[in-house]
Amino acid sequence: MKLTLDKLAIGQQATIEQFTDLDLSLKLLEMGCTPGETITMLSHAPLGDPIAIKIDNYLLSLRKKEASTVLVNTI
Amino acid sequence: MTNTDFSSPHKKNAPLKVALLGNPNCGKSTLFNLLTGLNQQIGNFPGVTVDKRSGFFYLKDKSKVELLDLPGTYSLFPKSLDEELAVNILTDPANENYPNLTIVVADASNLKRSLFLCTQVIDLKIPVILALNMMDLAEKNGIAINTSILSAQLGIPVVELNARKGQGLEELKLALSKNSLASEISIVDIEQIENKAINDIARVLKVNCAFASFIVANNLHNISYFNHNKEKREEVKNILELNQFDARKLQALESIERYRQLSKIIGKIVSKKNAKPSRTYAIDKVLTHKYWGYLIFLAVLFAVFQTIFSFASYPMDLIDKGFGAIATLINNNLPNGVFKELLVNGILAGLSGVVIFVPQIAMLFAFISILEDSGYMARVSFIMDRLMQPFGLNGRSVIPLISGVACAVPAIMSARTISNYKERLITILVTPLMSCSARLPVYTLLVSILVPNNAYVWIFNKQALILMAFYIIGFIAALLFAVVFKWILKTKERSFFIMELPFYKAPRWKNVGLTILEKVKVFLFDAGKVIIAISIVLWVLSSYGPGKKFENLQKNHQQALLNINANTDSLETVFQSQKLENSYAGILGKTIEPAIKPIGFDWKIGIALITSFAAREVFVGTMATIYSVGNTENTTSIRQKMIEEKNPVTGANVYTTGVCISLMFFYAFSMQCMSTVAVVYRETKSWKWPVIQFVMMGVLAYLSSLLAFTIF
Repeated sequence: MKLTLDKLAIGQQATIEQFTDLDLSLKLLEMGCTPGETITMLSHAPLGDPIAIKIDNYLLSLRKKEASTVLVNTI
Repeated sequence: MTNTDFSSPHKKNAPLKVALLGNPNCGKSTLFNLLTGLNQQIGNFPGVTVDKRSGFFYLKDKSKVELLDLPGTYSLFPKSLDEELAVNILTDPANENYPNLTIVVADASNLKRSLFLCTQVIDLKIPVILALNMMDLAEKNGIAINTSILSAQLGIPVVELNARKGQGLEELKLALSKNSLASEISIVDIEQIENKAINDIARVLKVNCAFASFIVANNLHNISYFNHNKEKREEVKNILELNQFDARKLQALESIERYRQLSKIIGKIVSKKNAKPSRTYAIDKVLTHKYWGYLIFLAVLFAVFQTIFSFASYPMDLIDKGFGAIATLINNNLPNGVFKELLVNGILAGLSGVVIFVPQIAMLFAFISILEDSGYMARVSFIMDRLMQPFGLNGRSVIPLISGVACAVPAIMSARTISNYKERLITILVTPLMSCSARLPVYTLLVSILVPNNAYVWIFNKQALILMAFYIIGFIAALLFAVVFKWILKTKERSFFIMELPFYKAPRWKNVGLTILEKVKVFLFDAGKVIIAISIVLWVLSSYGPGKKFENLQKNHQQALLNINANTDSLETVFQSQKLENSYAGILGKTIEPAIKPIGFDWKIGIALITSFAAREVFVGTMATIYSVGNTENTTSIRQKMIEEKNPVTGANVYTTGVCISLMFFYAFSMQCMSTVAVVYRETKSWKWPVIQFVMMGVLAYLSSLLAFTIF
């Protein structure tokens, strides 16, 4: 199922499909969030935003607005 | 393939220039501290606000190595001014910081991401040594790395390192002593992505390295190389336009291709075993928990606050007493005269005004570096970001703002942990609006005039209520101004929150110690200069006056002292009061009287406004001098004098409710603190922001005082 990264449920896994914001994609790409990589949604901050994800072997936090520019395929 | 422009052969006998590069949280600072120890210094990079950390050490053969610590970055595609710096230096052989060799520190537990930066530097054709740090963590994660194959794949020396335990240093130094050359391997062939513009640019720049041309093309306006080759910048610009060079799109393609190549390499060198589940996830469950997360953060804040507010007062008292003792010593042993006055009331007063901050700075930074080193600071950012975002602030702004209640000076220095320039600047600009501890003596004095000590509203002490109201007013003002600045300030940097949450680890005490040392040094030498200079100016203003009148004052005083029946103490008190009134500060106070009359102040308060620019609490001392209260420690008598003070023309009370509240507002908002001005100058590296801040706070103070005086 295709959806944006911010919509993943906690614990759900997905692979990165594509980006809709070029500037943001550059930042994510250099940190290893390349198309095809597996992402796990870890948690939401207590107030719902930002979110924490696991990618490769590290944890990344980003705001929901930023995550909404990443299209993913759920596994 | 060799190149002419982008390599800098190391000359014999000259120190080897080495740049240290790596991702944030890869252990780069720990390695830097380990290699250089106390042989490090903070300097400036021309034109940017980034601190230049450099140091030196020696190899076995006694040859010297100069080490430059470049800001942490994930790639050579800069997103912030900090990151631009590394690109700027690594692409300009004429830059004085251009290295002979680069050490890229890699986090072995995050190998692919670390190699992204490393292979970009390799592709620049600069000699690189890869320091593979955190091997133990990788092992725990079940990752085994074959470093010899990695070395062969990349064409560079690879050294295994455990910076936290100090292992692998000798091997690293050994690798440094061998004359390393640039790798002959290119990881990404950029020409397969773009080959028209890049080749033309390489020709203009006379370099044989396509990747270097690509990086230059991406950063045309930032690279210092063009500062001394202006016509080439135009030429390159034309080439880019002609070929419709889309830098961002090409960068994205390059990143994807590089990760594709890295995946191939990683497949050859990494074998995965069963990983132990990291404790980080369990810890995060608590520290970022809905309720526990905030409660724990509150407890941490309380500990920080308690330390800088209360515990710091013991060493601060000692410093105060120490300087007092030195002043007495000088007073008793040096002949009276201008020199002694300058020494005691100008220089020594300024010096103690600087040193007095050291305990607070040291304690705050002990906390901050522990929080940062352990990985907790990133979680603070994570749970607080949503709250701070509407105000244009960052989750990390919380610590500076709260510390500002104790003292704005260390608080502003701690804003350094905010990586986004705009959010950091806003934090610096609004932090002094928080009610700091220096306002407390002023508030206490004025509140005691305003209402009697035994006045209560229900069960609450009225004095305490008013005091608390002013703390809240300060906090609200800080948030409101943050919003204003959020709209006014423009930056070309986009605000990202994308941030790594590092795995938890125990803080390194050596790092903590060196951070404290570094912050104290920076404050003493950079901000200290400004503080002492202003302090001397203030001393001149308040102890000298123009014309005969001031001289006569001195003569009369000397004569009066000769009288056998004279009470020297009371004569001295009256003399000091007259002296201040007729000094330049006194005259200045009278000059500004028309301007401060609308907010209810007379020239006596005007003098106090001027002298308390040194520090807000000086207000109390100046009031004591003006009203000839001999013992400045005794606030009750100052209070009594101020309550009794009558307007000489109308005969009405001077310190009415309106004047007191107006004064409190003035001290709540105006930038009456030379140390803060100095530290803002130091942290923003320009006079622009302290001036803007000074004016902004001054206007706010005046208007709110005017409003308060009109209402009450």
